[in-house]
Amino acid sequence: MPEVQVRKKFTAVEEIFHEGGPVSLVPLRRASALAVIHNPFAGIYVEEIAGFMDDLKPLGLEMARSLVAALGGDSRVIEGYGKGAIVGAAGEIEHGALWHVPGGYAMREILGDAKAIVSSTKKVGGPGTRLDVPITHINASYVRSHFDAMEVGTADAPRADEILLALVMTTGPRIHARVGGLKASEIKGEDGLR
Amino acid sequence: MKARIRKIVTFVEETKTEMGRTIDPPTRRAAAVAVIENPYAGKFAEDLSELMIIGEELGELLTLRAVAALGIPATSVESYGKAAAVGENGEIEHAAAILHPKLGTPVRRVLGKGAALIPSSKKRGGIGVALDIPLGHKDAAFVRSHFDGMEVRINDAPRANEIVVAVAVTDSGRPLARVGGLTKDQIKGEDGLR
Repeated sequence: MPEVQVRKKFTAVEEIFHEGGPVSLVPLRRASALAVIHNPFAGIYVEEIAGFMDDLKPLGLEMARSLVAALGGDSRVIEGYGKGAIVGAAGEIEHGALWHVPGGYAMREILGDAKAIVSSTKKVGGPGTRLDVPITHINASYVRSHFDAMEVGTADAPRADEILLALVMTTGPRIHARVGGLKASEIKGEDGLR
Repeated sequence: MKARIRKIVTFVEETKTEMGRTIDPPTRRAAAVAVIENPYAGKFAEDLSELMIIGEELGELLTLRAVAALGIPATSVESYGKAAAVGENGEIEHAAAILHPKLGTPVRRVLGKGAALIPSSKKRGGIGVALDIPLGHKDAAFVRSHFDGMEVRINDAPRANEIVVAVAVTDSGRPLARVGGLTKDQIKGEDGLR
């Protein structure tokens, strides 16, 4: 499979103190790492694309590591994650699906024993397209306080022959989470769901 | 601190290739952005001095954050810029009060130098509005390779009674600058212009 060509990388870190309610003693931190890569399958239909997933693994690991670094360097503080992709106009949605395995593998690898499926979303779009990357708890998908989303995007990507790949990590629940449901303290941690 | 900050977001962009050419070393830039409450929202105030003090506080805080995000010594910063977006219950003069009277001095103190005017932009806008932060060389405004802009946006700000304030710094000019003009090795650094 072709070499992965990265045009640019983009990192955003949010530190949230409050949203109109009590100021949190520990601010919620959320970070996104984006990589804009050349889409080797742009413009033509290619049947065999799955091999590119392996080629993306090193980039996934690099992005996952950069997120942990952006959130302070200790992977134990990471509680939520998500991933996504925006495929440029000359590609197809299936090219975005190439990110499921390497993106998810990378974050599990870095976070040790994360059990929950990495929630994800993807779309085809032009430069500046925004993507709302869904976020769930890393060990139990049903933890309600950690259902969240982070909007990502950058002004000049993806161009038609590019794919924008995204990974997202967070350090805790929504800043004023109070709608009940399964709590992080109640996680059994057996099936990745509860 | 006078500023009532809801959140701080930092962005880092790294460009590794452009038009198929490798950028070595990659060009890097960072912006630190604060979302604050607008103390004058919804009413006319003749005296805007509280926002001027907030500007001074944010000048230091955001420059420190942006330089830290870039991960370089403050003295290695090459260009800079600032911008503000006022939510719909404020006026453009509120952005001016933050940006112009007092914000620049702490920026230059953190960077060690900064003879040139800090280029700025401002607007009033709704939630999620994009800010284009103008960039110019910090010691000589006429350095053509460093005229640039960085777009930042935060999807949940500014709310009507908020202001988004941004400071951007770089370690370089445009990726493939080649339109002539004053170059950075020709800087005299006396008047902030050349």
